[in-house]
Amino acid sequence: MTLPRILRWGALAIAIAALWLLPTTLKSYGIYILTLWCVYVIAGLGLNLTVGYAGQISLGQAGFLGIGAYTAALLAKLGVSYLLIVPASASLCFAIGIGLGFPALRVQHHYLAFATLGFNMLCFLVFRNEDWLTGGTFGINDIPRPVLFGYRITRAADFYQLTLVMMIALAALMALLLRSPWGRAFAALRDNPIRAESVGISTTFYTLMAFAIGAAFAGVAGALFAPLVGFIEPASFTVTNSLAMLLMVIVGGSGRFFAPAIGAVIVVLLPEWLRFAADWYLAVFGFLIVVMMVWLPGGLLSLPDRIARR
Amino acid sequence: MTSDTMTALLDVADIRKSYGAIKAVDGVSLTVAAGEILGVIGPNGSGKTTLFNTILGQVAPNSGRVLFEGEDITGLPSLRLARRGIGRTFQSLQVFGRLSVRDNLIAAGQEFLDTATQRLFAKPDAGLGSRADEMIALFNLGHVAKREAGRLSYGQQKLVDIAMAFMPAPRLVLLDEPCAGVNPALIEELLGLLLRLNQDQGGSFIVIEHNMDFVMRLCGRVICMAQGAVLAEGTPDQIRANKAVLEAYLGD
Repeated sequence: MTLPRILRWGALAIAIAALWLLPTTLKSYGIYILTLWCVYVIAGLGLNLTVGYAGQISLGQAGFLGIGAYTAALLAKLGVSYLLIVPASASLCFAIGIGLGFPALRVQHHYLAFATLGFNMLCFLVFRNEDWLTGGTFGINDIPRPVLFGYRITRAADFYQLTLVMMIALAALMALLLRSPWGRAFAALRDNPIRAESVGISTTFYTLMAFAIGAAFAGVAGALFAPLVGFIEPASFTVTNSLAMLLMVIVGGSGRFFAPAIGAVIVVLLPEWLRFAADWYLAVFGFLIVVMMVWLPGGLLSLPDRIARR
Repeated sequence: MTSDTMTALLDVADIRKSYGAIKAVDGVSLTVAAGEILGVIGPNGSGKTTLFNTILGQVAPNSGRVLFEGEDITGLPSLRLARRGIGRTFQSLQVFGRLSVRDNLIAAGQEFLDTATQRLFAKPDAGLGSRADEMIALFNLGHVAKREAGRLSYGQQKLVDIAMAFMPAPRLVLLDEPCAGVNPALIEELLGLLLRLNQDQGGSFIVIEHNMDFVMRLCGRVICMAQGAVLAEGTPDQIRANKAVLEAYLGD
C-alpha cells in the first residue's frame, strides 16, 4: 500500500470511529439529527448513482423515500420482522424505480426533471388521498422501533448505531458496484450514450438499473426513516424534499463518492446551525448556495482539484 | 450470386436513399471480404456518409439490403450491430470524457463478455486489463493511460477512439474519416497501426477518407462515389489512373 492510500484508509477509519462514539457527547435531539443525517446519506448514495455516475436527473427521490417509509410502517404495524421489512422496502422501490427509468429512455435533462417531478407528485397524492392504506393527511402514528434478534432497539443511541452500520454497509456496497464493470458502464452512459451503444453497452439496461438501484437505496433509507421518526405523513415526501436531496448531491459534488455525506451535512445540519437567523434562514441558505454554485459548480468535493490545478 | 459474394463478410445490395428529390444514394452495391480493407472516396456530397449511415442502421434505406455474414442486418440499431461484431469510429471525437484512457478501452470491450449478472460480480477490470494494456502499448498511449480521456489532445483522443473500436476484436470496423483533423506525423502512425491491426488481428475495414495518399497506401481496393452512385472500383492504381475519377474531383 502506498502512503496516500494508508492515509486515506486511516482517515476513513477515524471518521467511522468518531461517528460511532459521537452519541455519547450528544443529547437526544443531537442524536436524532445525526441519525437523520445517516438516513439522508443512504438516500443520497442512491441519487448520486442516478445523477452523478449515470448522468440522469431525478426529482423523485423523496417519492421513493416515502414508498420505503410507508412500506416499512405498514409492515411493522402488521408485526413483520424488520429483517424482512428492509428488503421489502428496497425491492418495491427497485421495481418502481425501473418504471421511472422508462421516461428517461425517451427524454433527458429538463424534460426528465419534469417527468420525475410528476412521479413525486403522484406519490404524494397517493400518500395523501388513499386514507384506507396510508392514513391520508394524518399519516401513520406510533411506528414501532425495530426488534432485532429479540431485542427492541428503543434507545436513540442504539438506533443511531444501527442506522450508521446500515449506512456504512450500503456505502461499501455502492463502492463495490461503482468499481465493478457496471460502474464503468454507468459512467459511459453519462459521458457519451451514442458511443456507449456503438461498443455494445446497452443504454436501456443501464438507465433502468441506475434508476432502480438509486430508488432501492431510497427505499432502505425510508425503512429507517419511519421507525426513527415514529410518525410519517405525506408532507415529509414532497418535491421540496426531492429538491433538497438533489441539492445535497450537487453541493457535495455530483459523481464524487463522498458527495452525499458532505451534502447531507449542509442540507440536514446547516438549517439547525442557522436557527439563530430565524426567518432569515432561508435567505441566508439560498445566498450561500448561489455563491457556491457560481464559484464552485463542481461541488464542495471539487475544491481540492480546483486548488491543485491552480 | 457469384461464389465471391457468397463468402463476403459484408454484402451491400442496391441501396437507395432519397431526401425529397435528391438521390443521396442511388443504387450502390458493394462487398467486403474477410480480412480486406476497402476504401470509399468521393467528393463532398457524393453520398459516402449516407451510405455509411445506412450500413450502420442510422438511416433507413428506401430499398436495398445489408447482409453481414449472410444475415440481414438492414436497419439494426448500433447496439445490435456492435454485438454482432461490427465496430465503428466517428468523424467527430467520441470518447468517454471523464473515464481514464484505460477505462475507455475496457468499457469498449467489457459488454462482450459473460452476462450482465456475471459482470456485476466480475473483477473491476472485467478480465480485460491485459488486453487494454496491449492496445495502449500498440497505440503508444502508455504515458496518458491513467489520464481522463476528455483532457487529452485531439490526436490522442482520436487514437483512443480508434483503439476502442478494436477492443472487442470486431470482424468489421467502419472508420469515418480517421485522418480528419490529425497532424501528418500522426497520420503516418495511424496508417502503420491500421495495417498492423489488419495483419495481426485479421480485422476487415471500410474506410471513408479524403486523404488520398492515406487511402491509396492503406486499402487493397477502393470505391469512388459520385452523385450517389459508384463511379469506379478497383485497386488504388486503377482508381488513380481512372479519368472519370479525376473529373469528378476536378469538376466538369
